[in-house]
Amino acid sequence: MSAPRLNSYRAGPDAQGHFGIFGGRYVAETLMPLILDLEKAYDAAKKDPSFQAELDRFLEHYVGRPSPLYFAERLTDYFGGAKIYFKRDELNHTGAHKINNCMGQILLAKRMGKTRIIAETGAGQHGVATATVAARFGLPCVVYMGEIDIERQKPNAFRMKLLGAEVRAVSSGSRTLKDAMNEALRDWVANVDNTFYIIGTVAGPHPYPALVRDFQSVIGREAKAQMMKAEGRLPDALVACIGGGSNAMGLFHPFLDDPSVEMYGVEAAGLGIETGQHAASLAGGRPGVLHGNRTYLLQDDDGQIIEAHSISAGLDYPGIGPEHSWLHDVKRVNYVSATDQEALDAFQLCARQEGIIPALEPAHALAYTAKLAKKMGRDKIILMNMCGRGDKDIFAVAERLGAKL
Amino acid sequence: MSRIATRFAELKAQRRAGFVAFISAGDPDYETSLHILKGLPKAGADIIELGMPFTDPMAEGPAIQASYLRALKSGQTMAKTLAMVRAVREGDQTTPIVLMGYYNPIYSYGAAKFVREAQACGVDGLIIVDLTPEEDQELREPAVAAGLDLIRLAAPTSDEHRLKTIVSGASGFIYYVSITGPTGTKQVNPADAAVAVKRVKAATSLPVAVGFGIRNEGDAGAIAKFADAAVVGSALVAEISRFVDATGRISPGSTEAVLGLVARLANAAHQTPK
Repeated sequence: MSAPRLNSYRAGPDAQGHFGIFGGRYVAETLMPLILDLEKAYDAAKKDPSFQAELDRFLEHYVGRPSPLYFAERLTDYFGGAKIYFKRDELNHTGAHKINNCMGQILLAKRMGKTRIIAETGAGQHGVATATVAARFGLPCVVYMGEIDIERQKPNAFRMKLLGAEVRAVSSGSRTLKDAMNEALRDWVANVDNTFYIIGTVAGPHPYPALVRDFQSVIGREAKAQMMKAEGRLPDALVACIGGGSNAMGLFHPFLDDPSVEMYGVEAAGLGIETGQHAASLAGGRPGVLHGNRTYLLQDDDGQIIEAHSISAGLDYPGIGPEHSWLHDVKRVNYVSATDQEALDAFQLCARQEGIIPALEPAHALAYTAKLAKKMGRDKIILMNMCGRGDKDIFAVAERLGAKL
Repeated sequence: MSRIATRFAELKAQRRAGFVAFISAGDPDYETSLHILKGLPKAGADIIELGMPFTDPMAEGPAIQASYLRALKSGQTMAKTLAMVRAVREGDQTTPIVLMGYYNPIYSYGAAKFVREAQACGVDGLIIVDLTPEEDQELREPAVAAGLDLIRLAAPTSDEHRLKTIVSGASGFIYYVSITGPTGTKQVNPADAAVAVKRVKAATSLPVAVGFGIRNEGDAGAIAKFADAAVVGSALVAEISRFVDATGRISPGSTEAVLGLVARLANAAHQTPK
């Protein structure tokens, strides 16, 4: 780390929602009063012990928290280096970390008297988690999902319907996550009176990046305490995959001011960064403005947004949360990448070595964990966020492997 | 006095509302678009809004989304959009031209460089849909220095407090978004819009243009009763789309059809007594 150290990496965002030059509020004027209201409501909720108590109760009894910290002994032996631990957020209700945030936001929606829920989804995990909490609290829910993503993630699209949500197929643009987010923003502008938009990642206009991070930080807080109990010390490295970056932000944030802990965010390199067919906004993009915030984006020379590519629908997004962009620029977190093929290999390896079928998203994190573990000594500890399970991916993986189901 | 201020002063003296025509630069291709653009003043457009195509226009409805994609597909760039303005200015020194769009292509171009070149080409103002007063300083300062108006938007959700923020530092005119929803997706309710425009006018002495939900001559006439100008966009680009088939091939006649529609809409706005 050559950059000068800050007193704290956990102070952001500022009052205007900026992390350095990133973040902010780039929305249609129609939405400004709504996001200002949301900010006020969230600030009040944060200070209200009864809000946190209710959230904690649902996280424990409905989501199933705390999620275990698991020593992946067989993979540790297999790689022959650092000890590997998984934070097992794939064991949450609905199968991923997404519900941590959805539970927080639906309680906020209820508190604000909103009566209709909308969301965007890529892999469908956030859509399923949103549909789930909407069902639990009896609110109608519309989920926007790109046509291509619906095709790749059919089980999740059906799951949302079973939960009573309306899944609206998005056929504009690249027909993936970024277009689903455009459509959700358009819906929100058209339904300002009653609608709460549950954004699924640490992006969007302020206060979303901070709010989603705070709700996901339960991952890092638990993991820190669990690691102290298991090993009596902090881990040497954290690894998490990044699309928008909510699971990574949730794991990293409580550790940001622990200088001994190195952090690795793993972007999706798709067919390879050099091919241009990837979803690595930090490795292959530059700062720009999209979906309410300034952040690193995949874009052409004229500022038009380029379609991302990844085998994982959950990482297939041309942007990244603004706090990650800032942590990249101040060099607190190392951002690396893994290709489709590396993720697919790690996916299969994890299934056979640990009896855990990971989602394709954390399979990217595992692919990099393998490289890192081999480089680090056996006395070192890596903590990886197993942020989702792979049930949703088996059809796509089977097709990729040429298996007939 | 700027071209925008001059035009609104003329309209006021004539006791009538203006008509603002929006088209997307380069839709369906550069030549056709330039041809339409050059014809707009004569057809009755008092002000021209030229859309800068963007891949992810989150405040636009299907008609303008499609027109942006048609333009990008035919090779439109920010530099070409500025070149179009320069070409129009060769024959027209008086019609205000306002560029409308999203911030990312400008940020990518370099905000200061963009406003300098835009001014030199004959652009009079900018409307950047996703640039709120909280975030527009980095464009507003160079724009004002270059003599361009950065036109701010007000919406049905803007309360008195919010209006104060919006009009403070605004110039040119205020663009009142008359519906809650993307462009062209709902029809304006003139009675509601009249109340809203009154509120905006109580907060500022700038002219107020109304747009986003004006579909036909009836709407344009109704809005002209109380607004300083009526803006139509989606209906015009939808007219262009009728001349483009699924493969992107353009059939002749789009220029005449669009300019004919502009003439009818402008006439409806102009004929309404104030």
